[in-house]
Amino acid sequence: MYEIVAFYLFSALTIGLFLVTVMSKNILYSMTSLASGMVLISGFFFILGADFLGVVQLIVYVGAIMALYSFAMMFFDATRDIKEKNTNNTLVFLLGGLTALVLVLMFAAPIYSENIQALYPMHEGVGNAQDVGIVLFTKYLVPFEVAALMLLVAMIAGIILAGKKMDESLTEDMSADDEIVRETEIEKDDK
Amino acid sequence: MEAVNILPEVTWVGVLIKAILILAIISALAGFGTFVERKVLAFMQRRLGPMHVGPYGLLQIAADGIKLFTKEDIIPQNANKLIFMIAPIITAATAFIALSAVPVFPDFTIPEFVPLLGGVFVPSIASDLNIGILFVLGMMAAGLYGPLLAGMSQANKWGIIGAARTAVQFLSYEVVTGLSILAPIMLVGSLSFVDFNDYQQDGVMSWMIWQQPVAFVLFLIAGFAETNRTPFDLLEHEAEVVSGYATEYSGMRWGMFFIGEYANMITVSIIAAIVFLGGYDAASAFGWLFIMLKIAFFFFLMLWVRASWPHIRPDQLMWLCWKVLMPLAVINILVTAIVMMV
Repeated sequence: MYEIVAFYLFSALTIGLFLVTVMSKNILYSMTSLASGMVLISGFFFILGADFLGVVQLIVYVGAIMALYSFAMMFFDATRDIKEKNTNNTLVFLLGGLTALVLVLMFAAPIYSENIQALYPMHEGVGNAQDVGIVLFTKYLVPFEVAALMLLVAMIAGIILAGKKMDESLTEDMSADDEIVRETEIEKDDK
Repeated sequence: MEAVNILPEVTWVGVLIKAILILAIISALAGFGTFVERKVLAFMQRRLGPMHVGPYGLLQIAADGIKLFTKEDIIPQNANKLIFMIAPIITAATAFIALSAVPVFPDFTIPEFVPLLGGVFVPSIASDLNIGILFVLGMMAAGLYGPLLAGMSQANKWGIIGAARTAVQFLSYEVVTGLSILAPIMLVGSLSFVDFNDYQQDGVMSWMIWQQPVAFVLFLIAGFAETNRTPFDLLEHEAEVVSGYATEYSGMRWGMFFIGEYANMITVSIIAAIVFLGGYDAASAFGWLFIMLKIAFFFFLMLWVRASWPHIRPDQLMWLCWKVLMPLAVINILVTAIVMMV
């Protein structure tokens, strides 16, 4: 009973919030509803008894969307509405709708045809984190390590891209400093 | 949370009572915390601090409270009103939600002579999640959305700078918090606070701080950044950005930010006390007293540091977190893992 109420509550809230994310013209509204929607998704994990994944969802998305906010801060004026440039509304609607339809069909098909069975059911008496760890380091070891490697590559690339001229200031005009030094030297000489 | 249903002796009435108790006690403590902070800082700077309201300035809390509650709640004209109004609530709410998963006392039974409630068994936490430590850290991280949204919604340049600093600070310390607490988690082999507490029950020498001194220091530093305490007080550094994210706030909305901040200070103190300093000793009769003293010590430490150290710049914070603390934390984890394997 608890779970059904919680499920419908979370579902309604999540769908509503993500609708705001898509529909709103205000960057602050869309970002905030995206963040809170992601936080609410962790509620589904808690309902399913996957506490560990729920908390991971919480921590990961809180951090990820915080980074997204910093981009929003740099690109937009957060207090004003944004004029979107949609050249062809029907095309956007069609493509978006089709993608959504395909996704729903993809995920609904196995549920409709037969009941989903857990390939790696949770062990009784073993914690959630341990279960995830066991699966990650046996069955999914290769994808896990590949993902780690890709993240490492991305990190190194980011450091190299951003770090090229780190010792030089981009905003400061050094010639101005030299002028000031020269002027003070001239003044000293005058005295 | 679902974990509550697993324990048979936890009823929803008990959870409700505990939630209300947490709300009442911690908000009162947050108010009292401001008073203690002013007094301690004053003594360290050879002043007297608040002295005029009530005996020894004690009623200053009431005066501050009346002021906060009755002040006009101003919302700037060009601000995004909804987000502006929600932001302080996020800070306060997440701080209290985080407190729902930390244990403060050992489990106890209410004595028989108490009317109505006598003989009821009381578990130590409002909700004993078996991933408690991650939940608390995640909730405290979500709390930084308060300053971020506040700064971005108020149409004020100081606010925007405050919000940008929030993002910078969050992205810097979050990695260090997670990595520093990972080494103790590996040793204990559990994410539950109760297991952490039980791991350290063989006297003072079994405390985690002796096994993990590096993790302890790293966690404290990251904890200071997490609660915006002074060396990392970038978000509303008065001398640089007026009041940062809180520039346009007044009255109770401003007050909520600070209730949240003080509640977070208490949470970090509790985590430090339980994970590194032995927690409550369930066997001894004075376990509850010792953990109160430990929490009080960490709270005092935060004030002490504020009186002793200057602010640092945002670039210094990033340098510290990414180039010093994070490698240290990773090395600490590696060493711990090697020692555990051998």
